[in-house]
Amino acid sequence: MSDRVLGVACLLLSAFYIFMATQIQTSFITDYLGPKFFPILIASLLAIAAIFPIIKPDPDPDWPGIGRFVEIIFAVAVMVAYTYALPVVGFVLSTAITSGILSWRLGAKPIAAAIAGVSISVGIYVVFHLVLQLSLARGPWGF
Amino acid sequence: MDVFSQLADGFAVALTFQNLALALVGCFIGTIIGALPGLGPSNGVAILIPVAFTLGLPATPALILLTSVYYGAMYGGRISSILLNIPGDEPALMTTLDGYPMAKKGQAGEALALSGIASFVGAFFATWGLVFLAPQLVKVALLFGPAEYFALFTLAFATLGGIASQNQGKAVIATMIGLGIAMVGVDHQTGVPRMTFGNIHLYEGIDFLVAIVGLFAISEVLLFLEHKAGSAPSEANQKLARVTAPFWMLKKTAGTMGRSTIIGFLAGVLPGAGASLGSFVSYTIEKKISDKKGTFGTGDPRGVAAPEAGNNAAAGGALVPMLALGVPGSGTTAVLLAMLMALNITPGPLLFTQRPDVVWGLIAALFIGNIMLLCLNIPLVGLFVRVLRVPSKYLMPAVTMISFVGIYGISGSTFDLIMMIIFGVVGYVLRKLNIPTVPIILGILLGNEMETNLRRALEISNGDVNILWGSPLTIGIWILAIAGFVAPFVVGRFLRPKKDPTVAP
Repeated sequence: MSDRVLGVACLLLSAFYIFMATQIQTSFITDYLGPKFFPILIASLLAIAAIFPIIKPDPDPDWPGIGRFVEIIFAVAVMVAYTYALPVVGFVLSTAITSGILSWRLGAKPIAAAIAGVSISVGIYVVFHLVLQLSLARGPWGF
Repeated sequence: MDVFSQLADGFAVALTFQNLALALVGCFIGTIIGALPGLGPSNGVAILIPVAFTLGLPATPALILLTSVYYGAMYGGRISSILLNIPGDEPALMTTLDGYPMAKKGQAGEALALSGIASFVGAFFATWGLVFLAPQLVKVALLFGPAEYFALFTLAFATLGGIASQNQGKAVIATMIGLGIAMVGVDHQTGVPRMTFGNIHLYEGIDFLVAIVGLFAISEVLLFLEHKAGSAPSEANQKLARVTAPFWMLKKTAGTMGRSTIIGFLAGVLPGAGASLGSFVSYTIEKKISDKKGTFGTGDPRGVAAPEAGNNAAAGGALVPMLALGVPGSGTTAVLLAMLMALNITPGPLLFTQRPDVVWGLIAALFIGNIMLLCLNIPLVGLFVRVLRVPSKYLMPAVTMISFVGIYGISGSTFDLIMMIIFGVVGYVLRKLNIPTVPIILGILLGNEMETNLRRALEISNGDVNILWGSPLTIGIWILAIAGFVAPFVVGRFLRPKKDPTVAP
């Protein structure tokens, strides 16, 4: 079933891609094939390949239960929030919180997770910023 | 001989204090990365590329650092295979078959030492193979025109999708997704934007480093979240009495190592095959040749030596098409190609003539790295074993954060980080659906080159498509491509192990 959904999704993607390719503006510089041909070729091959999983789907993978699924969505949300928090509160604080949360969700006890978060954050800051001079996000306090 | 003088120049480049130190650090980090379950050579190197890139190292030292990591990871993968029965990375899968039984019989130390020596033999002789074969291939490659290159890229995708994957349809889907992503951005030939949706961030295209780190590293974290506590390795509780291999064991396995090195190297040179195929074929053939008493699978030392020599030889062999033609054959070499491109170096025949310092410096670094790895591995294996005990609940958050640091370091843009997360989620779904991620990476890396060559070829011929199969060279490449794609239908079951798609790439 999952494979059939995949196949249909790829067919839709391919149709969308071909539509987008036809919308490409051509400029006054042209070559024989032009900028539209290759994208259309790719999308057509994608459509052909997409037929295979529809006709002959593999057995379904073990999708995680709803609980685990929420867990994954939560982790992704945390990462997105982290991305936006980086420039606002700086590297050390946002990284400590994010890695702490991830570590907690991966099974660490809350206190251990908090310690892990702080150590990961400070460890990366020391190794990558202080020793290797990599530029990290600066918050209002400069770290 | 010419090759030797060039190699000597290479050693002159590599043997500076800084480069030796980088090689040592690289080997050490690499072995740890390889040993940790969940971090293989591909995603390990992928995370480190942006870091090395933002450190601002010049090309040769950066290359030395990252190839040492690559070789180190190939060495390290065996440690958890032997001690925990969990392959640290995909090529080490076959090592579990005899390595773990050996460890259970109390021969963990012997197995580790033997596999270390087998790895060294495989990698060392494969590097010699690289030294002699690559310049020959360069001579042929200098005759290549756009039509030949187009055919060659097709060959890489065809064999990758054929030999190295379990489901051809899905491999083609992956390839096309990769090529489709490569199209995003301003068209190189006519200067018109394509597939950008008017978003200014997309005009330069999607950075392959963002895609690689997302698909390999972030998706791995999501997979770990799915099986929280269950899959974490509990304890490496074997006692390591001594980490040496008795002489009789080396003598018994010498022939095995030799054969497996040759087989592995050849498997590695094939585009699309890479180290996993090398270790699998070496093990299978060795079993056919020497398993007279049915001891393979029960802790036969030859069953440890064969896949380890094979996969390390294949890792060296895989560098031949990558350096000489600019066409990587496997996931790890695709990542190495990404690294070269990030450093503004285009591999291929011209690299050998224009930047011999880079090529031969790199090859010399491989020799040095090999010897360092052997020296590191035998005495320090106890330390690496301890690393295995770092639970994934602390390791994975650190890996995630380092991925963010690396990508943030490239551009400092929120947009790239969001793209990386999207690639992570997509990578997770694709890996669950058993769609290989390596063709996607290869598609993103090679897509523009492939299109450019196709368009150039047709420009030269004034639109006559016959140019694409008009020379003996192109015909030869097309035949290989078709054979590579179709072969698995005929002999598929001899070519690949049943593998768990969630094993780190």
